[in-house]
Amino acid sequence: MILLEKRKQTSQFWTYVTPILAVVLTMIFGGVLFAILGKDPVLAIKTIFWDPVFGEFAFYYRPEVLKKAAPLILIAIGLSYGFKAGIWNIGAEGQYIIGAICAVGVALSFYPTEGRWFIFPLMIVAGIAGGMIWAMVPALLRVYFKTNEILVSLMLVYVADVLIKAFSIGLMRNPDGHGFPGSRNLNDYPAAANLELIAGTGLHWGVIAAIGVVVASYAILARHQFGFHVRLTGESPRAAGFAGVNANRLIMVCFLISGGLAGVAGMFEVSGPAAQILGSFPSAYGFTAIIVAFLGRLNPIGILLAGLLLALTYVGGSAAETAMNIPSATIQIFQGMLLFVLLSVDVLTDYRLRWVARSGGV
Amino acid sequence: MDINPILLAAAIMVASTPILLAAIGELVVERAGVLNLGVEGMMITGAVVGFIAAHESESATLGFMGAALGGAAVSVIFGLLTQFLLTNQVATGLALTLFGVGLSALVGQGYETTTQVPVPKIPIPVLSDIPIIGTILFRHDAMVYLSLLIVAGVFVFLTKTRAGMILRAVGENHDAAHALGYKVRRVRMMAIMFGGACAGLGGAYISLVRVPQWVDNITAGTGWIALAIVVFASWKPWRLLLGAYLFGGVTALQINIQAEGLDIPVEYLSMSPYLATILVLVVISGGRAPGSLGKIFHASS
Repeated sequence: MILLEKRKQTSQFWTYVTPILAVVLTMIFGGVLFAILGKDPVLAIKTIFWDPVFGEFAFYYRPEVLKKAAPLILIAIGLSYGFKAGIWNIGAEGQYIIGAICAVGVALSFYPTEGRWFIFPLMIVAGIAGGMIWAMVPALLRVYFKTNEILVSLMLVYVADVLIKAFSIGLMRNPDGHGFPGSRNLNDYPAAANLELIAGTGLHWGVIAAIGVVVASYAILARHQFGFHVRLTGESPRAAGFAGVNANRLIMVCFLISGGLAGVAGMFEVSGPAAQILGSFPSAYGFTAIIVAFLGRLNPIGILLAGLLLALTYVGGSAAETAMNIPSATIQIFQGMLLFVLLSVDVLTDYRLRWVARSGGV
Repeated sequence: MDINPILLAAAIMVASTPILLAAIGELVVERAGVLNLGVEGMMITGAVVGFIAAHESESATLGFMGAALGGAAVSVIFGLLTQFLLTNQVATGLALTLFGVGLSALVGQGYETTTQVPVPKIPIPVLSDIPIIGTILFRHDAMVYLSLLIVAGVFVFLTKTRAGMILRAVGENHDAAHALGYKVRRVRMMAIMFGGACAGLGGAYISLVRVPQWVDNITAGTGWIALAIVVFASWKPWRLLLGAYLFGGVTALQINIQAEGLDIPVEYLSMSPYLATILVLVVISGGRAPGSLGKIFHASS
C-alpha cells in the first residue's frame, strides 16, 4: 500500500508543478465528463482552451479573456492575503456586488453631467468604499464577537444579491427604460463608461488596475513587513504573536484589502462589460476568484496566470456552448473539479509517497 | 393583520425541516472533528437527484432515498480528499459547494417545468385530533417526523452508545483516539457520509415539498444557514432543534407577511433569514467546538 510521509520541508519542485498537473488532470476528467455527455472530448477541450487564444476567431475571444480575467485577478489578489493568514473571506461575491452598486449610485447621481475627470475616479472610490464597508461587517464581528467570518461573509452575499435585484427594479431603474428592470446603460454615459482604451484589445481600466495590483502585491509580499506578518500568521499564529503581530489588526486589514479590491472589481465590471445594474449582474466572479487564488498558489504572479486560465474557461465555455451545445453548467463543474484536483495533488508538496509492502491498518 | 398562529406554527415545522436535516448531519460530522463546508453543495445535489428520482419513479419515497444516496455520494469525494489526501477542509468544502451547484444545474436540465410527485401528509391517529397541538405537530408528511427521529437518534447515539463516544473521542483528540486504536479515518468517513445523506434529504425536501419544483440554485444558501445553526447549537442536538425552528420561524413569518401584503417591501423581507443568521451568530458565541475540528489527521508513526 501507499504511505504518505511528511516532508521535512515543503517541496519547491512540486509547489510549481502541482498547479500544472492539476490543470492537465482536470482536462482529462473534463474530457471524460464531455464523453459522458456524448460530446467529442478532444474537440470540446480544444474549443474551450485552444481556439479562443489561437483559433480562427481568436481576435474576438482574446479581448474577452482579458476582460474576464481582470475582475478575477483583482478579487483573487485581495483574497490571497487573508487566505495566507488563515482568514477566510468567502463573501467576495457580495463585496463585488456592493462595489458595483455604490459605483452606479455615484454615476447615476451625476447623470447626465459631463466631467469624467472627477466622476470616474469618484466611482472608483465609491466601489472600493462599498466593498470595504461590506467586508468590514464580518471583520468587525470576528474581532469583537469572535463570530465565524466564513458564515457572516457568506450570508452577506445573499443579502447583496437581494439588494442588487431590488435596486435594479426599484431605486436605480432606468427612468427611460419603459419599465424594464435594470439601470441606465453606463456605456452610453461617457463620464462613467469604462470602455476599451484601445479598441479591440479588451484593455480597459480594470485590466490596468489588475496588472498594477499584481505588481504592488508582489512587492508587498516579498519586501514589505506587512507581507511578512501575513505569511508568519499563516504558518504559525503563536510565533506571529511573539513577533508582535496584532492579530485583530491583521484580520481588519486583510478584510479591507480583499473587500476593497472586490468592490473595485465590481466597479470596473459594472461600468464596462456589464454596463448596468441588473439582477443577473453577478457572474459569480467572487466565488471563482477563490479557485484562482488557490490555483495561483496565493502568489501574485501565479494568480495572474490562474486568472487568465479561469477567464479562458468562461470564454471557451460559452464558445463551446454555442458551437457544440455543451451546457454552460459544465464549466461550473469544471471549475469545481479543478479546485478538487488541485487540492488533491497538493499532497505531493508536503508529503512524499512511499510504497510499503504490508498494510498497517487505516 | 390576519395571521393564524396555529397554521403559522405548522408552517414553521415545514419550513425548518430542510435546515434541521442538513444541520443534524453536519453536527455529527463536526462532532467527529471534520468541518465540511460543502453542505450547500450536498443539499443541492440531493435536491436535484431527489427531484429526478421522484419524477422518474413517480414515488416520493424513492426520490428521498435517491437524494440521500446522491448527497452521500458527493460527500465521499470530500471524505477521500480530506481524510486520505489530507487536503484543507475549508477549501475542499468550498470546492464541493461549487462542484455541487454546477453538477445540479447540469443534471437538472430539462426538468425545470415537470409536474411534481405529491408527498402525502400522514396525520398520526389520535394525536392529530388534539386541538392546536395536533395541527401544529402531528399533521405533517413523513419527512418532518423522520427529521425529528433523526435528531433524537443522534442524541441517543452521541450520549448513550459506545460508538457515539468513539466518534466524540475522535473529534475531540484524534491523536489520542488513534493511539487507543480507534480507526480515525473510518469513523470520520462514516460520519461524513451520514452528513451527506442528511444534507441530501434536506435538499430533496426543498425541491419535493417546500417549493416544490426544480430550479437552479434552489437551496439559496440553506446549507450555509444549517452550518450556522450547528454553531448556534454549540454542537448539541437538542439546541439544534431550537435553532432550526427559530430560522424556520423567520422564513415562514416572512412568507406570511408577504402574503398579507403588509407595507414592507418584499426584498427586505427575503433578506431576513440571512440577517437573522448573522445576528444569532453574534449573540451566541458560547459553546466549545470539538477539539480536533478542522484539523488534518495524519498518523505519522
